[in-house]
Amino acid sequence: MSRNFLYTKRNIRRTPFQAIAASMVMFLTFFALLTFLLLALGSQTALKYFESKPQVIAFFKEGTTSQDVETIQQALNQETRVAETKYVSKEEALQIYRDKNKSDPALLELVTANILPASLEISTKSPQDLQPIADILKKEPVVSEVIVPEDVVQTLSSITRVIRVVGGATVTFLMLFATLVIIMIIGFKIRLRRSEIEIMRLLGASPSFIRNPFILEGMFYGVAGALTSWIISYTILWYFTPFLQGYLGEIKLLPINPLVMLGLLGVNLTLALIVGGLGSIFAVRRYLKI
Amino acid sequence: MTNLVKNGIVKSSLYMIRFEQTTKKYGTNTLALEDVSLDIKQGEFVFIVGPSGAGKSTLLKILTRELTPTSGKITVADIDLTKLNDKDIPSLRRKVGVVFQDFKLLDDKTVFENVALALEVLDKNDEEINKMVEHILKLVEIWDKKNLFPKQLSGGEAQRTAIARAVVGKPDVLLADEPTGDLDPKTAWSVLQLLNEINSWGTTILMATHNQEIVNTLKKRVLVIKKGKIVKDSKEGKYE
Repeated sequence: MSRNFLYTKRNIRRTPFQAIAASMVMFLTFFALLTFLLLALGSQTALKYFESKPQVIAFFKEGTTSQDVETIQQALNQETRVAETKYVSKEEALQIYRDKNKSDPALLELVTANILPASLEISTKSPQDLQPIADILKKEPVVSEVIVPEDVVQTLSSITRVIRVVGGATVTFLMLFATLVIIMIIGFKIRLRRSEIEIMRLLGASPSFIRNPFILEGMFYGVAGALTSWIISYTILWYFTPFLQGYLGEIKLLPINPLVMLGLLGVNLTLALIVGGLGSIFAVRRYLKI
Repeated sequence: MTNLVKNGIVKSSLYMIRFEQTTKKYGTNTLALEDVSLDIKQGEFVFIVGPSGAGKSTLLKILTRELTPTSGKITVADIDLTKLNDKDIPSLRRKVGVVFQDFKLLDDKTVFENVALALEVLDKNDEEINKMVEHILKLVEIWDKKNLFPKQLSGGEAQRTAIARAVVGKPDVLLADEPTGDLDPKTAWSVLQLLNEINSWGTTILMATHNQEIVNTLKKRVLVIKKGKIVKDSKEGKYE
């Protein structure tokens, strides 16, 4: 077996440009796979976050009195579907805004408590109760706007679906393309070494002795591309984590769990071995007649 | 016990090579060998002579299972070729070394590496390979050329390298298909002397040739093939 690895190493070193080309195609394929997997994972986590926090937010019109708010709050607290209500005054809204934008003084200077509306956050016992509660609130004359996260959930569900479909189709296409590239390169190498293979056959080499280095070579290209794409995507993710965390707010997605990344590496390597192995096995069966 | 023995493919016999009523046809009309029967004992040196297209190369190719006979039975080094599965062909080829007129050396490998290849396919370890290759290259007197590439060798040196590669794995039989065809008379003689020495170790040699002088001088067994038939088999024969 060790001689198989030696022959594989020698084959790769003999045609370095083909080796680089094959590894780059594999890199692109697995980089796309990782990107779509991370996007799908991210949108799924965000979706779960919103689903786990059924909440309606009602914003009050300018000039709404505390008595109006209390009346609405009391009425809602008597509703069996409502779990909790929380009033957020203009001042509290300003404080929340300041906390979120403390790193940007320009944004803080422009905003005062007057331009932020007071609001009422209503948590329901289940996501199905959100819309009926929102409908009740919309009828109140002092309420200017009602935000139902159900809309967010629906949008996120659609985005997740699109990511899955587009990602799945793109990755399938790229995997097929990568397999064909491996078939082409390994096939070319078999033709290049035809006389050596012929002599090895006459010297009594077993079919596996001749075939294995070609199959290992295909697997090597897959693993090289998969490993590089994982390292690069992890580095990019790590570099942009602080920036992305600002956008994600309370959604606990980043920094990504290293175990998840290790799992993705496992998926990547397994698929790489399958794509590289299948491509080279196909090339060997097609071009290597022993 | 090997698979070959278990499957009844290998049997102990007095003969190293045995052809029994063997016929080989290419397509439906071209008859390359017709009803050939012959026995070659272990340690024999046999010349196969005859005009081009007579069937000499076909006979040698059948012995390495590059070709399969149309009918008949062939035994080589106790292996029944007619019962041999494809997966057992490497076992046969490890017992049968081959030398070609055009040497068939790999241009991107040195003399040492070309010879070592024969042992690598046998899965020998590096230490064994180094030892055995050094031994054989010294025997064929090209040890000093071990780091040269085939294009840097003379015809005689290239053929010695090819012979070293064919015998380094200690085969029972050595087949030589016109090994002196591309060599000048002096070099051809030195190659013949080398083959004679290998024969003296007990290796059975079957050599197809057109070289009248060599056949007549060496006085070995000569098989004359014409139109696919063995027309003469003489113990100390001459070129006809």
